[in-house]
Amino acid sequence: MENYLMGIKIAYSGVGATLSITVVAVIIGVTLGLIAALCKLSKHKALSLPAKVYIELLRGTPLLVQALILYYGVPMLLQQHGIMFRWDYPIIAGMIVCGINSSAYVAEIIRSGLQAVDPGQTEASRSLGMTNFQAMKLVIIPQAFRIILPALGNEFVSLIKETAVLSVITITEITRKSTLWSSVTFQSWPAYLGTAFVYLTLTIPLSRVVLYMERRMAQSDRS
Amino acid sequence: MIEVKKLIKNFENLEVLKNIDAKVKDGEVVCVIGPSGSGKSTFLRCLNLLEEPTGGEIYIDGEQINKDGVNLNAIRQKLGMVFQNFNLFPHMTTLENITLAPVNVMGMNKKDAEKIAFELLERVGLADKAQVYPSSLSGGQKQRVAIARALAMNPEVMLFDEPTSALDPEMVGEVLEVMRGLADKGMTMVIVTHEMGFAREVADRILFMDDGVVVEQGTPEHIFNHPESQRTKEFLSKVL
Repeated sequence: MENYLMGIKIAYSGVGATLSITVVAVIIGVTLGLIAALCKLSKHKALSLPAKVYIELLRGTPLLVQALILYYGVPMLLQQHGIMFRWDYPIIAGMIVCGINSSAYVAEIIRSGLQAVDPGQTEASRSLGMTNFQAMKLVIIPQAFRIILPALGNEFVSLIKETAVLSVITITEITRKSTLWSSVTFQSWPAYLGTAFVYLTLTIPLSRVVLYMERRMAQSDRS
Repeated sequence: MIEVKKLIKNFENLEVLKNIDAKVKDGEVVCVIGPSGSGKSTFLRCLNLLEEPTGGEIYIDGEQINKDGVNLNAIRQKLGMVFQNFNLFPHMTTLENITLAPVNVMGMNKKDAEKIAFELLERVGLADKAQVYPSSLSGGQKQRVAIARALAMNPEVMLFDEPTSALDPEMVGEVLEVMRGLADKGMTMVIVTHEMGFAREVADRILFMDDGVVVEQGTPEHIFNHPESQRTKEFLSKVL
């Protein structure tokens, strides 16, 4: 019993790192995702094509590989070009790679949300003399945001779980804490059971919140 | 005011407007009637370039609007538009719907914009609905707010795209009443409508469109009582 509690306690000590990576990654993801979505929807090929490639590349490769490229690959590339660079704080690399990875998925969520807003809303805005940018900012994006809020919430929840792969780039988040403890004590079963339990204490309440938002959305749609 | 020369609009291979010539004078109320699919709405939507014409010229106040380099947003401010489906902004209150464009497009300060908005709401009979969201308004009320929203930009012309077609029959009257009031005040209006009684009563001129052309035009008296074209006669015999 003592070992089980210890397993939970060890895993729990990584919650701060996991959550801070997730929160920063979501902020990066939503910002870059919005830009990528707007570019992808643009009529100009010079904007839409790079956005499509960006989204394809990130969705087509594993997060683990992206993390390895950014954490180990990029410093080597820079050093070859005479720039001395290493990640002094791996957690920053983790935030960046999760943020960029998430932005591709968020971009698709936002794109579908923008397309779900009635085209009549754009027409009404433009007929009032608004520029395309004003119509987007004042009318379309606020409505799209409400539509995609549950989907964004789910993305947030799955990102919490995906940060586990960052343990390979030495970030001591939940999973790595457990791995380290297990490799010293050989208490693999309590260690990883604790890991799973701690992830659940994060994801279950958040999923509930997302579900609640979805219900609220459905109600306001009906009125 | 508005002059349309040889207007052509194609969607892919479909010819929707075939060589339309039309004029709307200052203060004139023009109603566009005709069967569904005749190109009425497309014609109206070309006037503020919600649809880009394939060919021809459109002039507003003597200035050609469908050529490169024109300030489209400035021109659209002169043309208020009311849609069949209202297209109110559902995430904003009635008041915010009306003040959004004056504040953000004309740069009016919020207080002035709200003062104008309240006057307009008074005019369309909805002064008590300033703080509610569109979802709690009836169809007729939504359309009256949409009219107020367009008027808030102080347009020179109002374009109406079947403003009563999406309404319950009992709500048609209140919207037509507001439009009648506008016409009485001398507003230049172009109205695409299926309300023949209203067109006859309010219009200075009627355009009858069919299959992408203006088949016949004239005073309501002429169109409704002495139509010349066989096609006009057929259409009217079905709808009157």
